[in-house]
Amino acid sequence: MKNKKRGNEKVFFIVAGVIVALFALFCFMPILLVISASLTDEQALIADGYRFLPSKFSFDAYTYLWRQHLMIGRAYGISLFVSFFGTALGVAITILASYPLSRTSFRWRNLFTFIIFFTMLFNGGVVSSYMVWTRIFHIKNTIWALVFPNYLVGAFNIILVKNYYQNNIPAALVEAAKLDGATEFQIFRKVMVPLSKPVIVTITMFSGLAYWNDWTNGLYYINKKELFSVQLMLNEIQQNVMLLRTANERMGIAVNQADIPSNGVRMAIAIIALLPIMIIFPIIQKELIKGVVIGAVKG
Amino acid sequence: MKKKHNLKRDIPFFIMLLPAMIYLLINSYFPMFGIFIAFKNINYQKGIFGSDWAGFKNFEFLFKTKDAGIMLRNTLGYNVLFIVLGIVLSVTLAIMLNEVGRTFLAKIAQPLIIFPNIISMVIVAYIVFAFLNAQTGFIDKTILKNMPISWYSEPKYWPVILTIVNIWRATGYGSIIYMSSIAGIDAELYEAARVDGATRLQQIFHIMIPLLKPTVVIMVLMAISKIFNSDFGLFYQVPMNSGALYNTTQTIDTYVYRALMELSDIGMSSAASVFQSVVGFVLVLTANKVVAKVDADNRLF
Repeated sequence: MKNKKRGNEKVFFIVAGVIVALFALFCFMPILLVISASLTDEQALIADGYRFLPSKFSFDAYTYLWRQHLMIGRAYGISLFVSFFGTALGVAITILASYPLSRTSFRWRNLFTFIIFFTMLFNGGVVSSYMVWTRIFHIKNTIWALVFPNYLVGAFNIILVKNYYQNNIPAALVEAAKLDGATEFQIFRKVMVPLSKPVIVTITMFSGLAYWNDWTNGLYYINKKELFSVQLMLNEIQQNVMLLRTANERMGIAVNQADIPSNGVRMAIAIIALLPIMIIFPIIQKELIKGVVIGAVKG
Repeated sequence: MKKKHNLKRDIPFFIMLLPAMIYLLINSYFPMFGIFIAFKNINYQKGIFGSDWAGFKNFEFLFKTKDAGIMLRNTLGYNVLFIVLGIVLSVTLAIMLNEVGRTFLAKIAQPLIIFPNIISMVIVAYIVFAFLNAQTGFIDKTILKNMPISWYSEPKYWPVILTIVNIWRATGYGSIIYMSSIAGIDAELYEAARVDGATRLQQIFHIMIPLLKPTVVIMVLMAISKIFNSDFGLFYQVPMNSGALYNTTQTIDTYVYRALMELSDIGMSSAASVFQSVVGFVLVLTANKVVAKVDADNRLF
């Protein structure tokens, strides 16, 4: 009886429901538009424009891409390699570095924590970072340009994992392992890693998403088409579309229209690039929310 | 004797820290020292170290250009707009989601409103293009019918377009943090108010919103500390790097990219990027001081 809603509460509940539903629709409709366009017959797409439901249904864009799979397959392979390799290496380095910082018996922990933390407060800016990676490490037009700059290890994650070790793993457990004669590496591998799976899952997820979605490293460091990731391929196609548009407007420059896939195919590539995220999203959704909360509450 | 023993004990710890330290040295500390580039007149023949010192000349030149005014106005303007709208909309959405509770609607809606945030900006640009291109775009073809607008060459529309895209992308994600604050509010407070005859709306305005205030204040301060930064993807990718739109889409971040990569003007781009990081540093320190005063538990350091 206690929780029975009064009249005004019922109205408010309905109003809230309508607002939430409308906002969810607002978030989803644009994605639906692209999905629909990728499934529309090209002629119909040109005649009727993009619609939320295909005016004439067709799988042509996807069958075309399947036949052209070499182009997109390569880019896909690069995206997958960069995402897996970058995430695995980055997470390994992160959780390893967090361990000493969580040990109170490590005399230098405050110094190292500060050195790491300081990188969150101050940075040298894009230009000097670009100079370091290109002039000292000559990373331009190598696959490592997609892996190393910016995303590999972040101070924020190191501190997140360090806090997790400190707050969620009893110090007595570490002491007991020490008494049993375990080395620090053994304690890390056999005690810390198995007991900190939740936080490892969180940072792995954010790192994987960052790598899969990244296009800025490629924008700065890659201009060889063989090294384009899916996002870079999409970026390149769109730049050609814009180039064609300006060229048409000025009636001067000739752009090879054959380089530009049709409307439907472009949208199909975008959907294929989005596919891995759509597949894992239902699984990681809860983790994602949890991660945002931990991240915001305790940095 | 004791000291030596300690050092030996610390060796495994140093080894564990080594990879991360090397990476941060290269990725963060080298660039910090690279700031000197902004004070040089870079000449590749002489090398970066051998180039002549320019003092503050690069900064003087930068701030004399028309670009400087435009990018500063845009960066600050969009940030203020996004902070205000972001707070109002995210808090409203969080409250509404909380009202809907654990219903079927909430289970469907929550994933949908978070999803735009985990899409890459390149794909966001495709989505926007699907609405706005003059030949086949949804808006031009279905709504405007015979009077298409060349969106990508008309700067005046972009403050609205970019704001809508930002709301679409960031509101749901932003609401997560407020929802977790709301979840932390003691339910007995509402119950007590309810017994006193307060309507739900009154409970929200007199209990929920006042209790959300500390979270809001912290979020605003954090956002202000990043007020000279902009989302490079939003301002570069969504307007498709269209030169005709610079007046309303150029921010410090897009300027740095264009000056460095498209104009090869290292002086200007490094001046802009160093200006951004130094001001950012000062603002982070200040914001942290203020947060520490408001709520010591939530200070950054």
